Amino acid sequence: MKSVIEICLNGEVHHIDDVRPDTTLLNWLRLSAKKTGTKEGCAEGDCGACTVFMRLQRPDASGRLVDEMRAVNACILFMPMLDGAVIVTVEGIAGPDGELHPVQQAMVDHHGAQCGFCTPGFITSLYHLWRDKQVLDDQEIDDALAGNLCRCTGYGPIVKAAKSLADYQSPAWERARLDTEDAFLAAYHKGDESLAIKAEGQHFYAPRTTAEAARLLAEYEGAQILSGGTDIGLWVTKQHRQLSCFIYTGKIDELALVSPVEGGVEIGAGVTHNQAMQALQDAPEALQEVWRRFGSAQVRATGTVCGNVANGSPIGDISPCMLALDGVVHLTSQAGMRKVSLDDFFISYGVQDRASDEFVSALYLPDLPADTRFHAYKISKRFDQDISAVLQAMRLTVKEGVVTDIRLAFGGMAATPKRAPATEAFIMGKEVAKLAEMDFSDMIAADFTPLSDMRASAAYRLQVAANLVRKSFIVEATQKQLYLAKAMGEG
Amino acid sequence: MSKTVLHQPLAHDSAALYVTGGAGFIDDKSMPENCLSIALGLSEVAHGIITTLDLTDVKASAGVVRVLSLEDIDGVNDASPIMGDDPVFADGKVHYHGQVLFAVVAKTAKQARMAATKAKIAIEPLPPILTIDEALAADTLLEPPKRLSIGDAKTALGTAPHHLSGVFEIGGQEHFYLEGQAAIAVPGEAGALQLFASTQHPTEIQHKVAEVLGTSFHQITVDVRRMGGAFGGKESQANMPAIIAALAAVKTGQPAKLVLDRDEDMKVTGKRHDFKISYQVGFDDEGQLLALDVMQASRCGMSFDLSAAIAGRAMMHAENCYFCENVTITSKMCRTNTPSNTAFRGFGGPQGMVAMERIIDEVAHHLGLDPMIVRARNFYAEKDSAQAGQLTPYGQPVRDCIIGALSDSLQEQSDYLARRAEIETFNKDNLWQKRGISLTPVKFGISFNKTMLNQAGALVHVYTDGSVHLNHGGTEMGQGLFTKIRQICAHSFGIGAQHVKISSTNTDKVPNTSATAASSGTDLNGMAVANAVSAIKERMARYLASKYDGDAEDVRFEAGHVIIADTKLGFAEAANQCWQGRVSLSATGFYATPDIFWHEEEGKGSPFYYFAYGAAVSEIVLDVLTGEMRVLKVDILHDVGHSINPAIDKGQIEGGFIQGMGWLTTEELVYGADGRLQTHAPSTYKIPACSDRPREITIALFDSGGNPSETIHRSKAVGEPPFMLAMSVHGAVSHALQSVGKGYPDLQAPATAEEILRCATRLAK
Repeated sequence: MKSVIEICLNGEVHHIDDVRPDTTLLNWLRLSAKKTGTKEGCAEGDCGACTVFMRLQRPDASGRLVDEMRAVNACILFMPMLDGAVIVTVEGIAGPDGELHPVQQAMVDHHGAQCGFCTPGFITSLYHLWRDKQVLDDQEIDDALAGNLCRCTGYGPIVKAAKSLADYQSPAWERARLDTEDAFLAAYHKGDESLAIKAEGQHFYAPRTTAEAARLLAEYEGAQILSGGTDIGLWVTKQHRQLSCFIYTGKIDELALVSPVEGGVEIGAGVTHNQAMQALQDAPEALQEVWRRFGSAQVRATGTVCGNVANGSPIGDISPCMLALDGVVHLTSQAGMRKVSLDDFFISYGVQDRASDEFVSALYLPDLPADTRFHAYKISKRFDQDISAVLQAMRLTVKEGVVTDIRLAFGGMAATPKRAPATEAFIMGKEVAKLAEMDFSDMIAADFTPLSDMRASAAYRLQVAANLVRKSFIVEATQKQLYLAKAMGEG
Repeated sequence: MSKTVLHQPLAHDSAALYVTGGAGFIDDKSMPENCLSIALGLSEVAHGIITTLDLTDVKASAGVVRVLSLEDIDGVNDASPIMGDDPVFADGKVHYHGQVLFAVVAKTAKQARMAATKAKIAIEPLPPILTIDEALAADTLLEPPKRLSIGDAKTALGTAPHHLSGVFEIGGQEHFYLEGQAAIAVPGEAGALQLFASTQHPTEIQHKVAEVLGTSFHQITVDVRRMGGAFGGKESQANMPAIIAALAAVKTGQPAKLVLDRDEDMKVTGKRHDFKISYQVGFDDEGQLLALDVMQASRCGMSFDLSAAIAGRAMMHAENCYFCENVTITSKMCRTNTPSNTAFRGFGGPQGMVAMERIIDEVAHHLGLDPMIVRARNFYAEKDSAQAGQLTPYGQPVRDCIIGALSDSLQEQSDYLARRAEIETFNKDNLWQKRGISLTPVKFGISFNKTMLNQAGALVHVYTDGSVHLNHGGTEMGQGLFTKIRQICAHSFGIGAQHVKISSTNTDKVPNTSATAASSGTDLNGMAVANAVSAIKERMARYLASKYDGDAEDVRFEAGHVIIADTKLGFAEAANQCWQGRVSLSATGFYATPDIFWHEEEGKGSPFYYFAYGAAVSEIVLDVLTGEMRVLKVDILHDVGHSINPAIDKGQIEGGFIQGMGWLTTEELVYGADGRLQTHAPSTYKIPACSDRPREITIALFDSGGNPSETIHRSKAVGEPPFMLAMSVHGAVSHALQSVGKGYPDLQAPATAEEILRCATRLAK
């Protein structure tokens, strides 16, 4: 057990042993490290003004350490989650003599900053692109910048700057900086201790094994499982909740993997959305598209697939998809592991079939059966970086033009992610061509009584849900996709 | 240097600081250890009587140094810009959910926030008036209805061959400046107080702080280096945070800082006014407008703020680019139990104009014409035509109109007609996706409506090494004002921009300033600076001419030199010689816009020095089953006169367009039945994100030959006018919907997916 957080910030190694665990990286940067370049715009991970570059290493299935480059929201990351991370802020990007880095020069050259308040976040997002992948198409740029809001420029100049990155040479001094990072990471990974911090009455544990996590969870009553922090971060920054103990799953190497298993894949508790997207390139296009629109690059970089399902949110995007795809959660405690079908997992608002000493250690996603396709549509006020008003997910088996199996699930329509039994029953055995001309309003109304809120009225939710069912059959019948969510036209 | 810096696309003067994290905002300022932090206690009731405000536990909370409430105000309990009706702390009654009740001053921001939650508050609720309809029904108007009129709309409506009437609702808009409201106050000697604030109006903060503290203006200094966005939201709304920071500093004797977090900022401060506009229009078979009667009802919130001027500008833009002989415009300013709505880019103009575009759209639909034809048929006469100088409903002749030529040019460049035909075909062939296209024009009056405000000052120093330092009354909020002013100054002295430094806007450098608003920053301050520079140049020329046997009038300042007859001195050498010759190298400059006037009683006058023009074509596609919509392609042609900095001007145009697009599409303010704003963070309030911008967007500056009015280098204001270019997006959605079924779509604003599906469903029936 160690109790010191090690990070490499802008090339300098810090050993931090004096923070309360729920101190956010943003507050630590601004208040303790006195680096005020990184801004607070919303304190909820929605505006990207606090974006910083993060690099870490985790072992793959063979145990080899693999680099992960991330753009992350510093406002909702707790300091102990950064143990072992390289962090680069806007102050750490220019050269040793103040020479602008290409990402900075590109933003100046293309007039990418007006008021300048969002700029540090864009610079660090662009820096992440620079480090991760320099040649980008329009869609990749939109996706990479979806989590950074700018109110002045209209984004055009920033996109131009992003596109121009390939025209710039890596400066000579950049290599030395990477060497410093490598040295820090090599030294850090020599130790493999668990982290345990206690400060101001708050505990934080980062166990290294599933068994250790289960033991800690049993030991500390009221302990909170923490993965990416994209939800729990807000409990602290927005609700000022005082949590007594965190058990962090991000350091459990065996849970950081997407593993092929009999009949499907297992997604471990530490697997982020970005990681899952990359590992599941063969997943249905509709699932990839839901993932592409899930949060933002920053949210997908830290948020975990299992976390999105485990918290049972009625408006999480992954849950209805996994429900339609017949997913199964693995619940682990000291007593061992049990499997629960998602059909049974979501009980009511905020309540899942999970005992207080259990945590979701993995999600099992079965392969699509033969003749089966997956349709998913997300409806939100804004295409990117928005929470669904309604999300429809449909797993459909069609044989000779007739529906032989259907799993239809919705988010945003009930207190939990929920299937639509009346609609499913209505659809079973019918011809796709006929279904493409049908109105499902009565069936959806029989299945759901949604709420009106700031995202949509109940009436719209009912109507759009019924229309999405029809849309799925129109697409099925015509084999022609009807997405508007991906930007269209020339770049 | 051979080329002047004027008209060059110089980068923003803070660009290198922005990209390295070196540009400081209020919350970034390095403060002494004893600097205190402030948090606010807010009302959770929209309307009611405060029966208990027990702050005992707040005072006892960890780290708390002082709690501020009503009794701490020695002067006037008011943060309002004009009318005296915005209490700093609620006095007995609360008028909106989010109103400030008290403030906590503590050692850290976290301690202050935690303490603020510990107040024991009881408020006996009264029924709130939340919406425009409720306010109209209860007749809670801020003042009696106002009217502008020309001709006889009533009679002309009766005789017009065609007649339509309708109602158009336009949602409000949150500014969503990325930097929230923020202020720091530092106590000085003998009652002096230094404030650092994120404000468009340092002079107003100086005044309000002095009034609340009960002291003289000269005790208060306000400093503004830059704002992280403002858009009108820091014109009057920055007063309250600065006043509370000032109170905290005075009462504790320590520096104090108040930075609103995003949720507080959105709940507490005012926004763009939502409007409900009802209209009657009379027209002939060709779509010629014969009569127009428009009633504009606006949600002003719990107090006046700047609503009278905003409602006034909405009235003065109700006809946009269209001449009509018989017009009546009525304005009803509704008092509601919501935050006091305020200035926001366009200042009422966008609401007036978008309603006019909606009327044209409906007239065209009624007659089965391309709306572009109806638009062109009704444009004000062009500046060189025989009919030039047609009167607006408020009696100002429109002498500089170029909208006909500009929109013709844009139609051609954008291939509007061919694309519209292609879209009609596409819509016939596609059941589930529909496309739409629209060209909408903009005419926007430049000058503060209130003539008095159209003045500015500057202070310019030349040092003996040839470097120049200047201050002016304008504030930098990202719009590039400092960069343009630097170019104006450097050009006039004939030196490079790097030799000119502009430091923070400060009330003790340039006094009695107007807000940086109404797109006027460069027009007013640029001219004031140019006047100050001219004064210094005249003195230098006179001295150097006498020394080198030249004629003062022939002395030239160019390419880094001063040329006197046969003598050529470097600028620095010239400045140094002038100093040695005991010539003052410092001057103030002043400017007041000429030729403008306004008679409030009659509702007539010539309040605008000139008009800015522009037009945009937008093409969209929508999903008939869901109402989702995407903007595909935008072409913009905009008139900035002779651009001082084309990169900055294009940046304002692009940014303004996207911000306007947000207003008319995804940005929706939702209040609960209890008056609580439910959309108080970016998780629920959706400004455009990167991918919402159209993939294809062209922005061109119209070659107008310069501003006919004598503005600084014949440029035109650019801050607000491009915002209204986004009306074309709304028009394009309406166009797309017209192919879903018969009938007029009656699309309201914002055109969210829900609103679009509502229209599509009704049309399909």
